[in-house]
Amino acid sequence: MAMTIAEKILARAAGLPSVAVGDVVEANVDLAMSHENAALVINQFVEVYRDTGVEPRVWDPSRIAIVLDHRVPAESSKTATNQKKIREFVHKQAIGKFHDIRGDVGGICHQVLPECGYVRPGYLVVGTDSHTTTHGALGALAFGIGATEMASVWTLGTLLNVEVPPTIKVVVHGEFPPGVYPKDLILHLIGLLSAEGANFKVIEFHGVTVRNMSTSGRLVLCNMAVEAGATAGIVPADKETIRYLIGHAGVSSHDIEVITPDPDAYYVQTIDIDVSKLPPQIACPHSVDNVIPIFSMEGRRVDQVVVGSCTNGRLEDLEVVARLVRGHKVARNVRLLVFPASWRIYRDALSKGYIGTIVEAGGVVMNPGCGCCLGVHQGALGNGEVALSTTNRNFKGRMGNPEAEVYLCSPAVAAASALTGVITDPRTGG
Amino acid sequence: MPKVVLKLGDNVSTDDIYPGRFMATVLPSETPQYAFADHASFNGLLNQRAIPPGSVVVAGNNFGCGSSREQAASCLKGHDLTVVARSFSRIFMQNAINLGLRIVVASIDASEGDELEWLDGRLHNVTRNKTHSLHSLPKARQSIIDAGGLVAYTRQKLLEKLSKQKNRSVRSGVTEESRL
Repeated sequence: MAMTIAEKILARAAGLPSVAVGDVVEANVDLAMSHENAALVINQFVEVYRDTGVEPRVWDPSRIAIVLDHRVPAESSKTATNQKKIREFVHKQAIGKFHDIRGDVGGICHQVLPECGYVRPGYLVVGTDSHTTTHGALGALAFGIGATEMASVWTLGTLLNVEVPPTIKVVVHGEFPPGVYPKDLILHLIGLLSAEGANFKVIEFHGVTVRNMSTSGRLVLCNMAVEAGATAGIVPADKETIRYLIGHAGVSSHDIEVITPDPDAYYVQTIDIDVSKLPPQIACPHSVDNVIPIFSMEGRRVDQVVVGSCTNGRLEDLEVVARLVRGHKVARNVRLLVFPASWRIYRDALSKGYIGTIVEAGGVVMNPGCGCCLGVHQGALGNGEVALSTTNRNFKGRMGNPEAEVYLCSPAVAAASALTGVITDPRTGG
Repeated sequence: MPKVVLKLGDNVSTDDIYPGRFMATVLPSETPQYAFADHASFNGLLNQRAIPPGSVVVAGNNFGCGSSREQAASCLKGHDLTVVARSFSRIFMQNAINLGLRIVVASIDASEGDELEWLDGRLHNVTRNKTHSLHSLPKARQSIIDAGGLVAYTRQKLLEKLSKQKNRSVRSGVTEESRL
């Protein structure tokens, strides 16, 4: 039977020759990721074992990854205590893929997992974070689950009662015009689909534009697939995936198995997009699908510009920002906050001079982590303030203040706007 | 008779239900205090215990979109609320079922203060004298609902697995003995 990538991965994970949309299966998990919310997973995991007379033991410590990134270094004693509890658990259960708050191995989970080679094409990856969809960029089926669901995975090693989702095929052609990036493409797609247009469905990305895109760009597409409600986003693994895994992530070619969809696989919907005339896009408050071309928003005052997150904190993004701000100054009354997505990126950006350039221009380079994206610390907004951000969500209250506004954009729009103090098209400058 | 205590629109996000700044609070016993924290008056009523258990929150499409944070489901469960929405986001729906928060998929015409009555497979708005049919939850999740949540369901699966392992080792022990 012809299958999509998601169907092939679920069939293999369930030990079945094939599956079809709507089938309910129990699937073996290849990689299970958590961040600070591992504290809640631990709580639920212990609950599962309560009154069983059995000592709680995770099913396979080599398949569990825990990355501290959401509130690093801890912003409160409560967080610090949760992080301490996680460290003790990691030690006790001998979990190897643990990334603490460190300059050598730390960073945001959705950057650390790919760059450490933990994710492979064909893997079934689950994470207690909705942006786990990011890992589909490497040809894996990856999605977010809740903490109790993760406790169940830690216990059994399987995902119980998974319903095989239908797949939407998105075919992208055309060359990006200068100043337009994968972030603009995914914002445009979310605007087309709406915030729930892909609910309970997988998005498979195809077309020459995706084939020619770097892994960094593909990570952006899959990261934000969830903002259209998608269960997962997947880019079929190809030469670029292999180049990234071997060249950047230290994976041996023997450990890479490329899975592609069957040519006659069934897609519930097909969407064609030509990016050759796509202008930069902006997602306006307070919904990620409230997307418009930049012209209608040019000139809007901004108070804080944020570059970073699991969406756009990669080396390519910092390179764009450094190129645009080099020799200029961040506008008065604007705070430019930059969060590299991992410490490896931070070190690379340091040696390439990007960090120095950004700081020289007046930007503030923060430690890698989720930073102000989720509104906990490191850059909350004041009442009535406006943030322009390369992150992935702009819900009311997202950056810690329901009386503030968040606009989403590419790193190029963010950098150009940081210099002028108003939303600015990077193609024309200030 | 349960009442509609909060009426919301489409795309109610997990940041709306449980703001990110309270995410360091994780235990289901502690999260309810922050339910709808940025809806100050409603949050106040919840925390004063002025909202009776079984009360209903009504919303449109895609309730619970955004983050996978389970606090968004546990905080509502802690106040014993029921959520009726036209549709739910995948992760929120799974979290709700896993924790035993009552969620109902239905498109209903209701305002705050309306009195509701649960009928078999239907919901009656007593105030407006209108009856609405309910959509079923995903069949894949029914056994989790029946077990009373995912913790209990997983425990059941764990015990099955352990007893199978035990039987296997007993059987293999017998074989070894017979070989001797």
